[in-house]
Amino acid sequence: MEPIEYMRMTRELYESLGHQPYGWLQADTPPPFTALKKPLSQCRVGMVSTSGAYVVGQRAYHYKDDTSIRAIAKSTPTDQIHFSHITENYLPDPRRDPNCVFPIDTLRTLEAEGFVGEVAADLFSCMGGIYSQRRVREELIPVLAENFARQNVDAVLLVPM
Amino acid sequence: MCHQTVSLIARHLEANGISTLCMASALDIVKAGRPPRISFVDFPLGHTVGKPFDRAGQLDIVRRGLLGLETMTHAEQADLQPVRWADTEDWKAEEWRKGGAGGKDERKPRDGTPQYQTAQDRILAEGR
Repeated sequence: MEPIEYMRMTRELYESLGHQPYGWLQADTPPPFTALKKPLSQCRVGMVSTSGAYVVGQRAYHYKDDTSIRAIAKSTPTDQIHFSHITENYLPDPRRDPNCVFPIDTLRTLEAEGFVGEVAADLFSCMGGIYSQRRVREELIPVLAENFARQNVDAVLLVPM
Repeated sequence: MCHQTVSLIARHLEANGISTLCMASALDIVKAGRPPRISFVDFPLGHTVGKPFDRAGQLDIVRRGLLGLETMTHAEQADLQPVRWADTEDWKAEEWRKGGAGGKDERKPRDGTPQYQTAQDRILAEGR
């Protein structure tokens, strides 16, 4: 019942392949905390998935620390959502049902039920397999943060793959 | 690495007044990044918010995750969702066999050109 130790798994794999170990992020300060200001049923909720989702017709992601994002309208037909991600081996199920990692139908239902006040008009994706933490901080995060600020969301759901 | 990226994004948003909830299936990686709130789903990677076509299960997972925004009242809380991928834990041994020592590096080459799911997607996006 213990969770898989992915950091140890990766270290052992890299060692056996003769690669240098990856320097995982180890945050050394506690996180900031913003309490939710109103009930979820009154909140506008945003979402970003790092699964490399794109809408057919959009440019796909590349696999060399791609720090770009895609805006995906919440009204997008689910079968128009495709994926490109450097760890493509995890994509077989998301490619059959995007909701495994890009919960678009799920969020539409929760909005219709009134569980959340509103889902932001656009959901976002990125290709989260970015090795450089500096590039995540300097290139990806400012653009995402600007988009969420413009949407005036109260809360954001983050879905890694 | 995706789990590391979400931790970084969550901390930044939270510092700017937006509440965040990180779903996660790689608990150790996301915890090392110390985001404000974590909802852990003990499924193989690629299924962070549910099994394919399991609409009821997907709703339960995201609903419980979002509820953490209301119920977690201080930073660095992690909710372990009461879900199981299968009746046994055999899938974890399989993940270790594929991804641990002696396994295969499944990552794609770090190619700088867009990698479309289908050839048709490229034509629709780039006209070629």
